[in-house]
Amino acid sequence: MMDLLSKNSRIDGRGLLDYREIKVEKGLIGRAAGSAQVSIGSTKVLAGVKVELGEPFPDAPDKGVLTVNAELVPLASPAFEPGPPDENAVELARIVDRALRETEAIDLKMLCIEPGKKVFVVFVDIYVLDYDGNFIDASSLASILALLNTKIRSFRVEEGKLKYEDGYMPLPIRHTPVTVTLAKPDNGPFIVDPNLEEELSLGNRISISIDELGRICGIQKLEGSLSIDEVFKAVSIAKNIAPKLIEIVKREAV
Amino acid sequence: MGERKIVLPGELLVEGGEYQPGLNVFKYGERLYASKIGILSIVKQTVSVIALHGVYEPKVGDIVIGKVVDVGAFSWAVDIRSPYTAVLNASDYFKGRFNPAKDSLIKALKPGDMIIAQIADFDRTKNPVLTVQGPGLGGITKGIIVELSPSKIPRLIGRKGSMINLLKKEGRCQITIGKNGLIHIVGEKPEYEELVAQAIKKIEKEAHTTGLTDRIMKFMKKGRELSVS
Amino acid sequence: MSAEFVRVDGRLPDQLRPIRMVVGVLDRADGSAYVEQGNTKVLVAVYGPRELHPRHQASPDSAMVRCRYHMAPFSTKERKTPAPSRREIELSKVIKDAISQAIFLENFPRTSIDIFIEVLEADGGTRCASINACSLALANAGIPLRDLVSSVAVGKYKGHIILDLNDEEDEVAEADMPIAIMPSLNRITLLQVNGVLTEEEFKQAFNLAIKGCMEINRIQRETLRSVYSSIKGEED
Repeated sequence: MMDLLSKNSRIDGRGLLDYREIKVEKGLIGRAAGSAQVSIGSTKVLAGVKVELGEPFPDAPDKGVLTVNAELVPLASPAFEPGPPDENAVELARIVDRALRETEAIDLKMLCIEPGKKVFVVFVDIYVLDYDGNFIDASSLASILALLNTKIRSFRVEEGKLKYEDGYMPLPIRHTPVTVTLAKPDNGPFIVDPNLEEELSLGNRISISIDELGRICGIQKLEGSLSIDEVFKAVSIAKNIAPKLIEIVKREAV
Repeated sequence: MGERKIVLPGELLVEGGEYQPGLNVFKYGERLYASKIGILSIVKQTVSVIALHGVYEPKVGDIVIGKVVDVGAFSWAVDIRSPYTAVLNASDYFKGRFNPAKDSLIKALKPGDMIIAQIADFDRTKNPVLTVQGPGLGGITKGIIVELSPSKIPRLIGRKGSMINLLKKEGRCQITIGKNGLIHIVGEKPEYEELVAQAIKKIEKEAHTTGLTDRIMKFMKKGRELSVS
Repeated sequence: MSAEFVRVDGRLPDQLRPIRMVVGVLDRADGSAYVEQGNTKVLVAVYGPRELHPRHQASPDSAMVRCRYHMAPFSTKERKTPAPSRREIELSKVIKDAISQAIFLENFPRTSIDIFIEVLEADGGTRCASINACSLALANAGIPLRDLVSSVAVGKYKGHIILDLNDEEDEVAEADMPIAIMPSLNRITLLQVNGVLTEEEFKQAFNLAIKGCMEINRIQRETLRSVYSSIKGEED
């Protein structure tokens, strides 16, 4: 693999900055308010959205609540053990959560019914179903696509009371962040979208979230270390690649 | 050799291809860095750091003092204060004439017993194997044992044995130094053993200072005067 | 960057909070350190390397690092339940990664190095203070290191790029970016961004953070050296 990398190519024949084939299926889960399954190569992630009534956080009484959870279910890989979410699942959920939250992807103010008392809570549950590397980018895509796919009963707020109307409406989505994960060996070039083998053997990995306006909306250095120049290079690559993923989001959101 | 310069992990020591990394020093390109807190020592082209902290890392050939912690069917487990528990085989203790029917391991050595042994075998895939076949090796029955940070053993020995010989002479004691930071002291009187123990503690505390040998000499002489009176 | 901007606690944008670092504060642990950055107070204990049981969890080639970042219930504004939160789980992982890069793990196969972090008071920058304390505790334990790891957070607060955010600034900031570096080797071992930044703002903030880390590194070295300068030879 290292030999190939030094000649700027990869085991599966991809270019250094190429994603594997990305496939999207939406609305698979009838009982969910919204859902999307994203495959990147053999990695498959299913995200489901449920919207329920609940209480706001004390420090944001006029906003709805977004909560993201992720599970690396045992059937996805011999490496995943049954049990409560481990540090990798928790980290995954929080990476996806931060990008959605910090860009204010969902306009949570529009989901407030009675400030301090009643709001809509948006649950995003990420299920990694098949693991061949890079569940982060797949989860990030699946989450935003599931949110875009979500339909809730049309409602309006009248004097602090919830009144349902006929029909369904989408969630108020304002931004569409995506995540680009890069890996590199200690001496060698960056590659985008590491597959499992690359993830296990290249010692350094970093995930960078970018929204449709080209803003950095999240960074998580994963294992390994990078020089200062390498950090700037990674950000630059992510900014250039993100539009390709955002294209997919735009296309599928229709 | 100059004064005692204290260096820290990640500190650049020297630069240049002619230098070789010694103990607790690593090379990155042409630069040599310290990997532990310690005293810089450059001998010819070898750059080392005499660490002031750290566990004992076993090496084949080292003499160590250990405590028996468990008795098995064919071996004892011995704590040698390193990350790895050491093993003393019955076949070694009984000089190859081990008869499981007759010889009882627990009668020979039981948990809590101290031994002086040598590291016969050790590599990355197994725990250290000890031998008690050799002069001065075996169970410890008299004297006292003092603990010292293993990284300070070089200071206890001193240049060309100057410090340890001083202790033996002024303390009128036999001193066996376990490379793993345990010292066995056997003396004419318990008071002498105690005095040497205190001197060792003082050396541990002041290992990084200058003029230590002279101060220890004074300490020992004064201590002996006091114990005679 | 506005040089005249004065922060809620009177600091300038590129100023660190008052820092206090002490090493070797615990007797039982193999290495320990206590760090204060402003009101944030962190205590770290290191045990190891020690034999790892069960054997099958151990790595045949290197030491395993186990790291627990935990906040005391009284450390936060509102009492935090003692059970590990998702944030503590993530930070345990992230801190472990940041500090492991510095350790010569291959020197101690089949062992574990256990790092315990207790946040006694949380006022922003707890993971950075933790990393700074971990470096000191590991050096104190005599575990071979490539370098000390030095860490600080930068952020964007009301449009200004600032260094070493406290909790109050953190809550309002548009972006918060903790960073850790091994200065001698120029390797970044921790990098997170929580918030929104342009690429230009990111570069600016990043460069300020590196300056902050260098200052932290200087204080860490001073702290380690001071242990020895205070013990002089004693004439009895």
